[in-house]
Amino acid sequence: MATLVFLEHHEGELQKGSLGALSKASELGGDDVAAVVLGSGVEELAKGAGRFGAGTVFVADDPAFEKPLPQPRVDALAQLVGEQGFDTILFAASVLSADVAAGLAARLDAGLNWDLVDLVSEDGRLVGKRPALGDTVVADVGWTAAPRIALFRSGALEPKETGGEADVRTFDPRLEDFSSAAVMVEQAHEQSTGPSIEDADVIVAGGRGLGGPEKFTLVEELAQALGGAVAATRAVVDSGWYPYSAQVGQTGRSVAPKLYVACGISGAIQHKVGMQSSSTIVAINKDPNAPIFDFADLGVVGDLNEIVPKLTELVRARRGR
Amino acid sequence: MKIAVCVKQVPDAAAPKRLDPQTKRLDRSVEGAINPFDVHAVEEALRIKEGGEGGEVVLVSMGPAKAAESLRKALAMGADRVVLVTDEAAEGSDLLGTAKALAAALAREEPDLVLFGQQSSDSDGAVLWAAVAEKLRRPVISQVAELTLSDGKARGKRQTEFGYDVIEAPLPAVIAVSDAINEPRYPSLKGIMGAKSKPQDTVTSSDLGLSADEIGEAGKRTEVYAVGDPPPRGDSVKIEDDGSAAEKIVDYLSERKLI
Repeated sequence: MATLVFLEHHEGELQKGSLGALSKASELGGDDVAAVVLGSGVEELAKGAGRFGAGTVFVADDPAFEKPLPQPRVDALAQLVGEQGFDTILFAASVLSADVAAGLAARLDAGLNWDLVDLVSEDGRLVGKRPALGDTVVADVGWTAAPRIALFRSGALEPKETGGEADVRTFDPRLEDFSSAAVMVEQAHEQSTGPSIEDADVIVAGGRGLGGPEKFTLVEELAQALGGAVAATRAVVDSGWYPYSAQVGQTGRSVAPKLYVACGISGAIQHKVGMQSSSTIVAINKDPNAPIFDFADLGVVGDLNEIVPKLTELVRARRGR
Repeated sequence: MKIAVCVKQVPDAAAPKRLDPQTKRLDRSVEGAINPFDVHAVEEALRIKEGGEGGEVVLVSMGPAKAAESLRKALAMGADRVVLVTDEAAEGSDLLGTAKALAAALAREEPDLVLFGQQSSDSDGAVLWAAVAEKLRRPVISQVAELTLSDGKARGKRQTEFGYDVIEAPLPAVIAVSDAINEPRYPSLKGIMGAKSKPQDTVTSSDLGLSADEIGEAGKRTEVYAVGDPPPRGDSVKIEDDGSAAEKIVDYLSERKLI
């Protein structure tokens, strides 16, 4: 098995999700695990992939890859797979990576399995674990031929630092005309005060049960005390209480932190699919029949206006901040 | 302007969803409906047409013959006609087969703009447009929450994990819209009555020049081996707040070394 992992980076950092995919590739072994970093001025950054299990990192340093657009990346990856003979290509889901993975599948006439939460080797074949039907079942999925392309659900895999050095090899992708037709004319980054929701070990999320946008302060203060990030449900994002980048669920991000604290969230399926892979779920809701209590590890029936500020105080006292 | 909107029939949200244990495919014998995310793409196409661009809105779909019933809602909203790729040989197509069939149907139509919804509600797929754009060799912009057309270009604004992007691409282009882009209209009675007489063409994969081994079961590059239950969660605890809930949460978290 020769695996290639697509490493996404943002503002000089390799993204946690793609490092998780790299660690997964490394864990599955095979004779060769390689990674690829595409960007402008990224060679130093690429070396860091060695610590997560990459033996080789292919780097294309080109202004064509400066902006996060998918189609030039399809060209680069297709060329690399063709030249190096990779049979398995792994991606961690993001707005960018999903488009790259699907474009590459079409280019290489290859199978793509998406929304995977795990990848294992069983009876000599690769099997992807894919939750379906609102995560009520898990399908074992596979590929009929190589190359195999896998797109992991965001937040599904944890990077594991194992140490090691990567051999960095540069290459020059040839770009197709149509691949450069779309151009980025503007890019704005929201100032985030804490970790992004996909990278956070702790997430505190607010839903309609907060009662109003001003109540997000309660959620933010608890998140800050726990050193976590703030997330929101679709209902409150639609109501304009919180920005979309914080939205967790079917039409937002999927997350899997160590701790997920849900405040005033009913637990509709739309939200559930984006967070139920969290290791520990604590839910605070005044409605004892809220569906979130069916999958929370600790369910608290009560008034979040009372409980959350008290909880924030206690956590602050404990952590000395 | 000719706009093609790719739409899909999915099991109605109210119908119980199940996987056929034999084929391990979604049981599609239940009542069908148009994929709710696609309705936003239909709405956007209609707004472009009504906004002065004029032209035609063509629905392009792949599925069983009965899918035509579900697509009628989009015709009732105002779309002009349907091209449905339907063929026994296309049954069971995976992403790749679907992309090939849709791309072939779209290539025949030569639209200026191809629109997709942001995901399918049944398979949670959110990647098809990128594969179709690749097959058509056209630029693609996904997750678009604001779309403007001018001077032969499409400009899309979208949310990403980090903020927002504005991306511009020359037409013809493939655009996937987010459901935040608009609030779809309800079909009027007149629209509903008129939908029945709108053209609904059915094409087969061989009409599109596709060989049987490119699509359906034969063209699949992925498969489902088994379907099982998700891993169970550990024991859960539910308490009612008697004034000490915050302390109890802290105890619970510290026992598990989460704080």
